[in-house]
Amino acid sequence: MAESAICAWQKLELGTAITTPGNSAELRTGDWKTLRPETDREKCIKCGMCSIYCPEFCISEAEDGYYPADLFYCKGCGICANECPKKAISMIMD
Amino acid sequence: MTKAKGLEVSLAVAEAVKQANVDVIAAYPITPQTHIVEELSVYVANGELDAEYVPVESEHTAMSASVGSSAAGARTYTATSAQGLALMHEILFIASGLRLPIVMTVANRALSAPISIWNDHGDIMAERDIGWVQIFAENGQEAYDLSIAAFKIAEDHRVLLPVCVNIDGFILTHMIEPVLFIDQKKIDAFLPPFNPALTLDPKKPVTMGPVGVPEVYAESRKQCEQALINSREIVAEVFDQWGKTFDRNYKLIEKNGPDEAKSLFITMGSMGETTMTAVQELTDSGESVGQVRIRLWRPFPKKEFLNAIAGAEELIIIDRALSPGSHNGPVAQEVKALLYDEPVKPRVHNVIAGLGGRDVTVKDFKKMYAMSRKNELDPNYTIWGVRSDA
Ligand code: SF4
Ligand code: SF4
Repeated sequence: MAESAICAWQKLELGTAITTPGNSAELRTGDWKTLRPETDREKCIKCGMCSIYCPEFCISEAEDGYYPADLFYCKGCGICANECPKKAISMIMD
Repeated sequence: MTKAKGLEVSLAVAEAVKQANVDVIAAYPITPQTHIVEELSVYVANGELDAEYVPVESEHTAMSASVGSSAAGARTYTATSAQGLALMHEILFIASGLRLPIVMTVANRALSAPISIWNDHGDIMAERDIGWVQIFAENGQEAYDLSIAAFKIAEDHRVLLPVCVNIDGFILTHMIEPVLFIDQKKIDAFLPPFNPALTLDPKKPVTMGPVGVPEVYAESRKQCEQALINSREIVAEVFDQWGKTFDRNYKLIEKNGPDEAKSLFITMGSMGETTMTAVQELTDSGESVGQVRIRLWRPFPKKEFLNAIAGAEELIIIDRALSPGSHNGPVAQEVKALLYDEPVKPRVHNVIAGLGGRDVTVKDFKKMYAMSRKNELDPNYTIWGVRSDA
């Protein structure tokens, strides 16, 4: 369901159907976190453990080899920070 | 138009569904609905009806399969009764929530326990809030006519909601009545092929029934309810068109007896015919009494109902279902809530009659009338004829 579904009832699709498949990617699901992850690049060894553990699958490898979180979806659960073998991730107030 | 033919009402309904040229029937047999779907399965088996008959393993599946086939763009029919309707419960809301124009006959029957196969309205009254258009037929002809009209109402793009046609179990389903059948060509002209607004199509994929997050759910419910409210006008329009095309007239609310009648019986379903005889006999003996029949139960036709009862001093509302722990039966609750805003209110008596197939005769209606005149009916409701030691 996209942001566009948050509209007046008259504008909703018939039976609240989704007529543009895959549009859930457009919904900002990371809007209620209180803490967000921040990576210390000095400590990070680019092992990718954080991306494996993230329950939102919102961490992926960037071109430079680091693993940034996509804050559009990140819920701030802190699992990545907890699992990082180098303690490179700290959770800071959003 | 051919001449009237004596036929069991269930078979007349099956004929109506066949003539409506349905694509899919998904049903599970339950007394007293069985003859309808049994006859339809014969039509499909012998090639008289080119449709898919899905012999499901339960009513829950009957309604689920109906949702699927309607979503795929097929004209879909099912029928049930009592426990079967209760087993469909959760899917009934999905059918209306997804705006699927399924047509269902409910052969009204009392709910267990104790086990009863006989008629009352307890089954549909437990499903009042499913968001479906709910119509009541009074006799065999109406059951046939309204079963065809139901498809036209449901599939109208201003409605797109499921429609349930209620016919009293046994009293109608198993009665042989004279029914005027309509030529297929005329029905085809009245009811064009189903033109769905949205379908499951791999070439143009859609998701039906996604999660409605808190930011969306209320708007989604509002959309469905508004469609149901708006359907009132379309039901009236289809009835009107039916009258003009086939010369049999139906109204959302129907009045019978003298216009200026001081006391009015309010009825729904087949009991209305018995009331009609009682009203005639009472009128003949000089009493000022009439009758208002509710044909469209959901959406409730507020304006038409208030017009019909204008000027009456007293209403005797007959409910064929109990609403345990409430002040009244379901119909009386509805009417009393409506009257709250009216400057002039008639007195309201509520009689709960005919539970689990108990007979209600002309004599009973006359007695109700006499008791209401003497103010002998319970101020909330009276369960008619219940044996008591007190
Ligand atoms: S805080 Fe939770 S959701 Fe956000 S990136 Fe880390 S593991 Fe993923
Ligand atoms: S788990 Fe820690 S060290 Fe490994 S990539 Fe993620 S932040 Fe870097």
